[in-house]
Amino acid sequence: MNESNKRIDLDWAPLTLVPLLAIAMLPAIGSGSTWLTLTVAGLAMGMIIFIIASGLTLVFGLMDVLNFGHGVFIALGAFVATSVLGAMGDWTGSQQLWRNLLAVFPAMVIAMLVAGAVGIVFERFFVRPVYGQHLKQILITMGGMIIGEELIKVIWGPQQIPLPMPEGMRGAILFGDAAIEKFRLLAVVIGLAGFAALTWTLTRTKIGLLVRAGVQDREMVESLGYRVKRLFVGVFVVGSALAGLGGVMWGMYQQSVIPQMGAQVNVLIFIVIIIGGLGSTGGALIGALLVGLMANYTGFLAPKVALFSNIALMAAILLWRPQGLYPIGNR
Amino acid sequence: MINRLLSNDLPRSRLLAIILIGLFLALLFAPFLFPGVKALSIAAKVLIFLVLVASFDLLLGYTGIVSFAHTMFFGIGAYGIAIACSRLGPTWQAVAIGTVCALALSMLLALVISLFSLRVRAIFFAMITLAVATAFQTLASQLSSITGGEDGLNFKIPDVFSGGYLLMDEPFLGVMLSGRLICYYLLFFTALTLLLLMLRIVNSPFGRVLQAIRENEFRAEAIGYRVVIYRTVSSVLSAAFATLAGVMLAFWLRYNGPDTSLSFEIMLDVLLIVVIGGMGTIYGAAIGSALFVVAQGYLQYLLQIASGAASGLPWLAALLSPDRWLLWLGVLFVLSVYYFPTGIVGRLRTR
Repeated sequence: MNESNKRIDLDWAPLTLVPLLAIAMLPAIGSGSTWLTLTVAGLAMGMIIFIIASGLTLVFGLMDVLNFGHGVFIALGAFVATSVLGAMGDWTGSQQLWRNLLAVFPAMVIAMLVAGAVGIVFERFFVRPVYGQHLKQILITMGGMIIGEELIKVIWGPQQIPLPMPEGMRGAILFGDAAIEKFRLLAVVIGLAGFAALTWTLTRTKIGLLVRAGVQDREMVESLGYRVKRLFVGVFVVGSALAGLGGVMWGMYQQSVIPQMGAQVNVLIFIVIIIGGLGSTGGALIGALLVGLMANYTGFLAPKVALFSNIALMAAILLWRPQGLYPIGNR
Repeated sequence: MINRLLSNDLPRSRLLAIILIGLFLALLFAPFLFPGVKALSIAAKVLIFLVLVASFDLLLGYTGIVSFAHTMFFGIGAYGIAIACSRLGPTWQAVAIGTVCALALSMLLALVISLFSLRVRAIFFAMITLAVATAFQTLASQLSSITGGEDGLNFKIPDVFSGGYLLMDEPFLGVMLSGRLICYYLLFFTALTLLLLMLRIVNSPFGRVLQAIRENEFRAEAIGYRVVIYRTVSSVLSAAFATLAGVMLAFWLRYNGPDTSLSFEIMLDVLLIVVIGGMGTIYGAAIGSALFVVAQGYLQYLLQIASGAASGLPWLAALLSPDRWLLWLGVLFVLSVYYFPTGIVGRLRTR
């Protein structure tokens, strides 16, 4: 163990990256109000990506399982939401915000339940048989991703389905010249709530303690008599449910869903968890915010290279810290 | 002589040897055995996939790392020829320039990706290649002034290979010796040379080190081999061979677009062929490609029949619709990784 692991003080350098990126882009964009709009949009997108990526990074940290099929749960959540919201037309069509929220809330809960339930099946058939074999894991979970995507096409059809935002959440709030869409604020709020709940669970509960200890040293926790494998199934299911929640929000953010959205978001969350350091939730948050901001700034400045800008960001961070921002434990 | 040509890596199974010889003869005499434009196209596709899959096997089967950017290199090769031939005209110089530029770009990209990802952990490689390949695919369809966008590029290749060029006025053994035939044999001998070259590489001391790394990375490093360097070289070599497969594809089709060479479905095909044929055996690529390319056409046909038969049950008919053939390909892929991990060649060798 090296020196830094013994001290408990916070590694602050990565925390400065998000404000640094935002400030560095201000002169490039020019207008302050556009910058504010883009920054809020970027933060909202970042929070959604974080909700999706947190499960994936925990699953990797805990069990050394890299799930290429994570994207399925994103698409699944979004498609379930279209069905639920479609059935509640008079609630989403209402002008009153509280009725809209009452419609969106069950949509999110049902999407999470469905994604979690499918997560149990996925874990049993695609992840458990190939524990500890990275090569096969990548191949099998990728196969699971393709099967899942095709099954979504069988159930909901291959075409793009609109996911209209409830009436009360449309439109924007004006801050001076900057227009900030209401939904983006809601996304930031839900994202922060998700982050707070996750942090609280991880740092203040017994289960969270075990998860963190398992990420650091699985064998040690097992030798103390805890069943890390059972814990892992739980984390996998929660991760899938969170991906489903993220999928609902991503679908509402894009205002439409297609079966391929899982694969598209998958690429973004891989970049995020590599930036953050595999297994680190704090790193994933910073990575997600960076990627969200970067995507919105370059989407405005140079739309054609938007995806490459995130890869360039990842390359730059890997040059600085080859293991990601917050490398985990001894692996 | 045969022994040296095959780099001392003989099939080591009588049945496997018979299949390989049969495949070799079938491909060698394909234009005469299976006359017709469609049959020749299938034979050419087998040759192209054979090189592409064998180059992927170099990475997956021998080095033990997964790349999802293999179709990117395939596409770079195809676009190299397509762009050079449509800009500079159908000359040999254009073909040479296109090939060299595509090779240089592919190898450089592979080098950069490998250095970034492999120096930390091999698992990064799979994620980063997936990201880069997706970005590249988007870029290729957006830069329509260079790549022709979604429509792709139609172009001409040197006149010797066009269907109008005739070697002899009279048919030979009942087949007209046209430029298409010359093109087919160019592909055949290119594929054969590349395959023997890859066999040479995996059976060289370098190839043995790759296999040692695949089996036990830590131990290989302890013995004194720089794992990162070997893996990087392997990925660069594999990218170069994939690029050449792309060049072959563009040569045969005289067209290239994002769906023909860059799509993720081709990546899935390649993965499936490597697993079915047998990972870590170059011969598996040959058998797997032939089997798969021939079966691929029939799978959709079979699904169509099955879907028609199940029309009484709408949900079953939807599952069996030919549009959902990727679903069955995925199921087949997962099942073969579970129950058939050594593939056809592995099975035949352990009998």
